[in-house]
Amino acid sequence: MKITFPHMGNVYVVGKILLDELGAEYIVPPFNNKKALEIGTKYAPESACLPLKINLGNYIQAYEQGADTILMVGGCGPCRFGYYGALEKEILNDAGFNMDIIILEMPNGNLKEFLNRVKRLAGGFDIHKIFRAIRNTTRIAKQVDELEKLTFKIRPREIVKGSTDRIYKAFQEDMREARGYDQARKLVEDTRRELLSLEIDRSFKPLKVGIVGEIYTTIDSYTSFYLDSKLGNMGIEVERPVTISNWIIDHIIKSALHLPRDLRYVEAAAPYLGKMIGGHAQETIGNAVLFAKDGYDGVVQVYPLTCMPEIVAQSILPAISRDFDIPVLTLIIDEMTGEAGYLTRIEAFTDLLEKRRERTTIEENRVLSRS
Amino acid sequence: MKKKIGIPRSLFYYQLFPFWKTFFEELGAEIVVSDRTTKKILDDGVKSCVDEACLPVKLFHGHVINLKDRVDCLFIPRYTSISRGEYVCPKFGGLPDMIRNSFEELPQIIGTEINLRKSNAAAFKAALEIGSYFCSHKKRIERACHMALKAYGDFVKQGVNGKFPGDLLDGSQPKAVAGSRNGRLNIVVIGHAYNLYDSYINMDLVYKLRCSNANVITVENVSEEIINEKSAQLFKRMFWNFGRKAAGTALHILDRSDIDGVIYLMSFGCGIDSFVCDLVERKLRHSRDIPFTILTIDEHSGEAGLNTRLEAFLDMIRWRKENENYISAHG
Ligand code: SF4
Ligand code: SF4
Repeated sequence: MKITFPHMGNVYVVGKILLDELGAEYIVPPFNNKKALEIGTKYAPESACLPLKINLGNYIQAYEQGADTILMVGGCGPCRFGYYGALEKEILNDAGFNMDIIILEMPNGNLKEFLNRVKRLAGGFDIHKIFRAIRNTTRIAKQVDELEKLTFKIRPREIVKGSTDRIYKAFQEDMREARGYDQARKLVEDTRRELLSLEIDRSFKPLKVGIVGEIYTTIDSYTSFYLDSKLGNMGIEVERPVTISNWIIDHIIKSALHLPRDLRYVEAAAPYLGKMIGGHAQETIGNAVLFAKDGYDGVVQVYPLTCMPEIVAQSILPAISRDFDIPVLTLIIDEMTGEAGYLTRIEAFTDLLEKRRERTTIEENRVLSRS
Repeated sequence: MKKKIGIPRSLFYYQLFPFWKTFFEELGAEIVVSDRTTKKILDDGVKSCVDEACLPVKLFHGHVINLKDRVDCLFIPRYTSISRGEYVCPKFGGLPDMIRNSFEELPQIIGTEINLRKSNAAAFKAALEIGSYFCSHKKRIERACHMALKAYGDFVKQGVNGKFPGDLLDGSQPKAVAGSRNGRLNIVVIGHAYNLYDSYINMDLVYKLRCSNANVITVENVSEEIINEKSAQLFKRMFWNFGRKAAGTALHILDRSDIDGVIYLMSFGCGIDSFVCDLVERKLRHSRDIPFTILTIDEHSGEAGLNTRLEAFLDMIRWRKENENYISAHG
């Protein structure tokens, strides 16, 4: 059994460390690329959401390198993600790619079936091994997320432009080769030091932009045309509250064990969106409100075309923008999105943010000089 | 004075109106249903809703505009789930929020959550809350609820017995000749109730099929038992109420020899259709060579295009039938 799994930003680190720790054989698909998207688009239903398409591309590229089994997480709705694994299996098999799929989920609350699947993955049921694997996987997920957050802070302030990108890209490449938790942790730690040693402009006050939206397109830089690094290189500090580790820890582990979760965003969303409606719409709305209250300069929403929960969020965001006087930009992505037009919209938005800031500083100065 | 409650003739109207009609009437409310869909209603909806939304949700916005200035309150419950263990669609779950945040001046919105995912008792609680807008006697609301359930049960039963839900809600179309073949084709049309039974939005698809000598069969004509038994054969259970019904119906079709063709009526931009339609098509094509076509409707759909595709589809079926007969007669 040679396992593979779909990409989504740094999820591959989590996937590979889990499988390393369980002692399973696996193939990490080539990083998201144009060809993968083309392959996926060819086989997927036309109006499927983008992540499904690129998943298929990942699987097929890994299949070509010898993978025969897919590891995927599942769910039970209401948005399409919960059905990804099942539909992907049908599509692959119909197209003649004979791949099996292990969907990590509890079908109808069936714990036994879940454990069976874990057993298959772990090649037996060594409870210590499994617990250690889960612990180390969540640890590495957190460390990688923190590293990424650090890049958000350093990028706008670095003196030699492009340094953060260079270091971070090398980290992602090297991570493909790292084996097991210890090596991975060391790599994260070395990268962190390297980033911290970069020369930065400490007096620079960057504009701050919050990124919200559907999880795949916000986390996966390839599909968002490197939105986080683009903004960073324009001298803007970004923040992106939905991360892989909080997805794993809050959504999977804590909600399965009924542990208390950080629900600040739920409270913030309540006046606009009263309930969880699937995907990350509630996070989108709640975090947009929190960003506005925390004095951010703007909010960017990103989502794949036809994404149901984010369409609901998009229709609510103008109300938040009006109530809190904060500019919001919505970016919608599919396989046809052209980079040029996309960039123009981002630039127009950041120009607007700059102008607003200048205006407020001028006004503040005026008040000061008058008094 | 009676309180006027506005019910948009859109989305869940086509599945649950018989329930709410009885419920509100029992409580002494005056029900105002928005007008039948017109070009203006559709255009208004398209203008007031985000571009990316699916056609039915845009249309819903239009029906809200049609109603909002002539009622005391609007009935837009949050339909999270209408069946055990299943969901409707994220957009149904967020509908009252979408509406509230899209219009400046609105009457009161009754946006109570209806969520039967975990238990049926929740439905009862929701009904009590909704009823309390009109009546303070718990007993009376309970009674209204029971009457409504009965009316709804009748509606569902008539569907399973071959009646066309569209005819029950709106008698303007030529009636189906249920059960009788008489050289008529039996065409299954799989689609959301709000696309199937709104003859403006589907450009009279049902009417056209009937005029072309075809019986129209929908998922509402298949019983829950059959649907559940069939949909259990899927690799993974569908967690959308509509998805389960559509997939169960598709698998059921494979058992029947009296079905001549299948049309999937898809709304442009529907996230759920993108998966369900794909799965239905795969299931049908795997097992049997049954004529299948997809008709997609959006706000720009032209009627001429639909007519041509429909005619071609029916001609193909008739041609095949004749040739099969020809071959079998001599073979
Ligand atoms: S959140 Fe959006 S993009 Fe993700 S699976 Fe759901 S519908 Fe698709
Ligand atoms: S099920 Fe499809 S058509 Fe209906 S509201 Fe949801 S996305 Fe729109």
